[in-house]
Amino acid sequence: MSKFLEVNDLHIHFATDDGLVRAVDGLTFGLERGRTLGIVGESGSGKSVTSLGILGLHRGRSARVSGEIWLDGEELIGAPRDAVRKLRGRKMAMIFQDPLAAMHPFYSVGNQIVEAYRVHNSVSKREARRHAIDMLGRVGIPQPQRRVDDYPHQFSGGMRQRAMIAMALVNNPELLIADEPTTALDVTVQAQILDLIRDLQAEFGSAVIIITHDLGVVAELADDLLVMYGGKSVEYGSAEQVFRRPEHPYTWGLLGSMPRLDRDVRDRLISIKGSPPSLINLPSGCAFHPRCPYAERDGIPCRTVVPELLGDGHRVACHLPSPVRARTFAEDIAPHL
Amino acid sequence: MMKRTAIAVVAAGAALAMGLTACGSSKTPSSNSSGGTNATAVYNAAIGKVFAPSTKKGGTLRLANSGDFDSLDPADTYYGYSWDFIRLYGRSLVMFAPKPGGDGVNLVPDLAQSLGQASADAKTWTYKLKPGLKFEDGSPITSKDVKYGVERSLDKDTFVNGPTYFNDFLDLQGYTSPYKDSSADKLGLKAIDTPDDQTIVFHLAKPFGGFDYFAMLPATIPVPQKADTGIKYKEHVVSSGPYMFQTNNLGKDFTLVRNPNWNASTDPNRAALPDKITVQLNVNADDIDNRLLAGDLDVAIEGTGLGTAAQGKVLADQNLKAHTDLASLARTWFAVINSDVAPLDNIDCRKAIEYGVDHEGYQRAYGGAVGGDIATSLLPPQIPGYQKNDVYNFAAKPNGDVDMAKQELQKCGKPDGFSINVSYRAERPKEKATAESMQQSLARVGIKLTLNAYPQGDYAKLYAGKPDFAKANNLGIMIYGWGADWPDGFGFLQQIVDSRVIRAAGGNTNLGIRDKTVDGLVDQAMAESDTSKRNQLWGQVDKAVMDTAMALPGVWSKVLLYRPDTVNNVYVNDGLGGYYDYAWMGVKQ
Amino acid sequence: MIRYIIRRLLAAVILLFVVSVVVFGIFFYVPRLAGATPDDLASRYEGKTAGAAQTHELAVKLGFTDPFYEQYGRFAKSIVAGADYSTGPTTEHCPAPCFGYSFITHNPVWPDLLDRLPVTISLAIGGALIWLLAGVGTGVLSALRKGSVFDRSAMGVALAGVSLPIFFTGLLSLSIFSYTLHWTAPGSSYTPFTENPATWAYDLILPWITLAFLYAAGYARLTRAGMLETMGEDYIRTARAKGLPERMVVAKHALRSTLTPILTIFGLDLGLLLGGAVLTESTYSLPGIGKYAVDAITNNDLPKVLGVTMVGAFFIIVANLIVDLLYAVVDPRVRLS
Repeated sequence: MSKFLEVNDLHIHFATDDGLVRAVDGLTFGLERGRTLGIVGESGSGKSVTSLGILGLHRGRSARVSGEIWLDGEELIGAPRDAVRKLRGRKMAMIFQDPLAAMHPFYSVGNQIVEAYRVHNSVSKREARRHAIDMLGRVGIPQPQRRVDDYPHQFSGGMRQRAMIAMALVNNPELLIADEPTTALDVTVQAQILDLIRDLQAEFGSAVIIITHDLGVVAELADDLLVMYGGKSVEYGSAEQVFRRPEHPYTWGLLGSMPRLDRDVRDRLISIKGSPPSLINLPSGCAFHPRCPYAERDGIPCRTVVPELLGDGHRVACHLPSPVRARTFAEDIAPHL
Repeated sequence: MMKRTAIAVVAAGAALAMGLTACGSSKTPSSNSSGGTNATAVYNAAIGKVFAPSTKKGGTLRLANSGDFDSLDPADTYYGYSWDFIRLYGRSLVMFAPKPGGDGVNLVPDLAQSLGQASADAKTWTYKLKPGLKFEDGSPITSKDVKYGVERSLDKDTFVNGPTYFNDFLDLQGYTSPYKDSSADKLGLKAIDTPDDQTIVFHLAKPFGGFDYFAMLPATIPVPQKADTGIKYKEHVVSSGPYMFQTNNLGKDFTLVRNPNWNASTDPNRAALPDKITVQLNVNADDIDNRLLAGDLDVAIEGTGLGTAAQGKVLADQNLKAHTDLASLARTWFAVINSDVAPLDNIDCRKAIEYGVDHEGYQRAYGGAVGGDIATSLLPPQIPGYQKNDVYNFAAKPNGDVDMAKQELQKCGKPDGFSINVSYRAERPKEKATAESMQQSLARVGIKLTLNAYPQGDYAKLYAGKPDFAKANNLGIMIYGWGADWPDGFGFLQQIVDSRVIRAAGGNTNLGIRDKTVDGLVDQAMAESDTSKRNQLWGQVDKAVMDTAMALPGVWSKVLLYRPDTVNNVYVNDGLGGYYDYAWMGVKQ
Repeated sequence: MIRYIIRRLLAAVILLFVVSVVVFGIFFYVPRLAGATPDDLASRYEGKTAGAAQTHELAVKLGFTDPFYEQYGRFAKSIVAGADYSTGPTTEHCPAPCFGYSFITHNPVWPDLLDRLPVTISLAIGGALIWLLAGVGTGVLSALRKGSVFDRSAMGVALAGVSLPIFFTGLLSLSIFSYTLHWTAPGSSYTPFTENPATWAYDLILPWITLAFLYAAGYARLTRAGMLETMGEDYIRTARAKGLPERMVVAKHALRSTLTPILTIFGLDLGLLLGGAVLTESTYSLPGIGKYAVDAITNNDLPKVLGVTMVGAFFIIVANLIVDLLYAVVDPRVRLS
């Protein structure tokens, strides 16, 4: 039984002068209509690259995309460019992190929404403009008939993001990807935007992917959770599963605790040491092993063998045996969460 | 990688440029000649003889100027090429004979029937005009028109450019200008009489044997008073010559067409072959050279020769070189040895410099043989009266005579040499090269030179030409040059060797030659009416100057003129000063 | 907007005044600082054997013996009210605006300027159109085909164009195209447009192309850089994400942003050029105000230099003003205050 969106063994590599950048290295997940998937990870983990890959926005000779992406039964990788283009903005849409940079400064917001509408619907400008005003109202912008002719810089941060959402949703896409939608916004506005996304999802029944490094955001919205590290998924399951009983040491770190087993449990929590790996020179074996306190424990081959994403429903890519993970979590991590 | 691409592209471009332009001109320049002798071009074919003589009339002579005339008005012009060209639309009392070689420096009558009749004291000169002379509108030319022309030229307020010979020599009695003339006919200058319409008499304040040269000046070109618009007259000069102005776009170009009222039978000295003459002004100098070589232009009017870029190309190509004439100018590049600056007040120290300098080095600074011949005295050889003198043995020792120089140093009490400064005009690379050559050659005998450059615009006014400045700044050697207004001893020498013309205030043409013997000979020569005696005296002045060791001659200047296949009946006239005779040239048709 | 324009125009008048004072000053003070007296200055403008008395009279006539403010006052007055000059036998009135009479040719300067301005304008506008089309077009194509053979060779040619001086390319072009092939007009050719538009264009085609080559090269590189930068902007990604066809992304979104700064630079370049395309006019011996200025400077002819400088300053000021206004119109983020 296939899902609305199915990603199978997605590889996205970039050939650069410095070497091959393995931005996404074997990613597999799926998403049903009406459900929200959160993709979480540090910068450089491959989250945004994945979303752009789904939209087919990796162009140029240096990008190598392989694997399978099925959208509503249609294979996107290898499909003719024009076919994918017709789906963009109509069946699948994206909203971006910085709405001020993501909208053209010289055209009014209304103009840009109208454009988004008319590229997929042959209607008159007036008709499209009505639609745009309507959409602006639906995303909660007051006096939309006046604001439709304003320019992006004339909106406040939150209103601007709403406008971007209006632009993305004007064609009722069945898949909405939101790439760090609240990162550039104030905390109070963040909540409003997240509420908006949730309401619109309920209204349109669309599948939503939220990409973020902020677990708080994901906790609000996501039904499912995918944790990425070094271009791969390290943990994948329902939000409840992953939050309640995270299994991957990286996820533990993300969740705010990473105790050392040889330390007193009452000591202060520390963050994950080290920095994200270079996607050109990934560490051998498990990409996380240089930063993992449990690496090579009891002779597990963290340094030599790449762990596979294993499990049923709740999947993890880690060499630690499952019972060990469960006990470690229960004893060392859970008390501090 | 970008840098290499850049270098490669620019190098390719430069090579392309040179190759293509070489390609474009090493084939025989095209000339559509139908009629007229098809003489073969030969190097220096127009020197000493007429090249491709022709009597065939017709065609358009095309000239171009990289700048502009100082003025087309005969009262207001001083440029040598203008004095050549002006004869196309103006006739003066006398002019230079249209003959190649030495005959060209002789004066022959133009408006006048003969050369001037002098009084015994050489202060009164009389000329009689030929009959049948007319302006372009048919009105007759009278002696009063000539007088009016000279009167105008006296007004240096209105006409600032022209020479001041008439101002200096006529017995003006306070006369300034016809525009301030209280007499009704504006002919109030008493120094000129016009007893009848054919006769004109000049009264000088001091005797001058060479007055015919003054009569040659454009100032004696007649100007009809009713057409005189003062400073605006140059917009349409009324012609007395074979051509008249058809159009005159100031600063851009002008065209001359035949003057129907020019009486050819009164004028054997102008061939007037072309039907039309066009002159373009302010044309890019390199473009002029290119056009000459391509046959798109007939004459580069300034007569300063090919520019460095074209010169190199032409001399290297036998076919192109055959189209050139290395003309002698009445111009010498020389330096003054300043007796105001110690130890040069001692003649032997000055002689040390005369012997020590490398003369070939001086010549090389001016481009080698193409720049001119090594000068052994100031007076250029083509000037009548020139007598060969080589007091310091330049010819036998072209690189200088180090032994003699050292001997002179011993005599003047400076056996180890001394230090002085040498001045030159900053904008002239050839003068700088000269200074450097002197520095090197004089170092052989211990004379140390320090180079001082000064701006050429003020060189004579404020620096080398100002005695106090020169002395205070130790300018022992002052590099300079001089060209004659006309080829005779007075025209060349008087302004640069007569000590009485030196002004303390500066602005001098004589930078420092002060000698009583020289002055005495100058006075004699100026008063002598007999031409051959006079010329001889100037030759003696030339030698006397060398005897003082106050002048260091360098190069008798030459210029490389280009003669395209399109022109015929062409020769270099020495009277005019080394220009092609513009009133003689024709165009092949 | 109107108030802004008026303010700018007033500032322009003041600027022109300052420019004229500075030029005047350079001519009169700098030589004085070097120790030149009024007579010394006057001696530049007369024949070589002029006597001291004559030189002094010329100095008086040209005004050099008067104090600086008097000379300048006379100049300013003549601009506004005209002046009278002696021609010798009569007096001529030079109507306002009178930039005085040339020290060398003793002709009024203003009619010369009016006569020569059409040449410079013809040269500038024709060349400008060509370089704009060629340069910008090449730049856009180069950017879109970055790294291709077209891109590399176009940028190579552009580097040559920017590096090769006009007097080199101009003289070379004349040599080849005019004197060898006889395809184009020789130097010094200019026919007024009103006289014969066809000959006018024929005479100018080579100077246009030479001039345009130099500028087109610069504009190609500029446009390419601008285009590449624009194509990397977020809003381009958004436009593609909306499903716009690539040519619309380029034409509507990218070009608009890239061309705006280019067009403003164009306005400034054109303004500068109208003040005298000095090198091109000198190389091709075209009687424009640029050549006029060069000849005047060589001869120390102050009134002519003043005239050209004022005209040039005027054009530059106007161009700046137009460019600023244009920018406010085109870029909604800019507000005139």
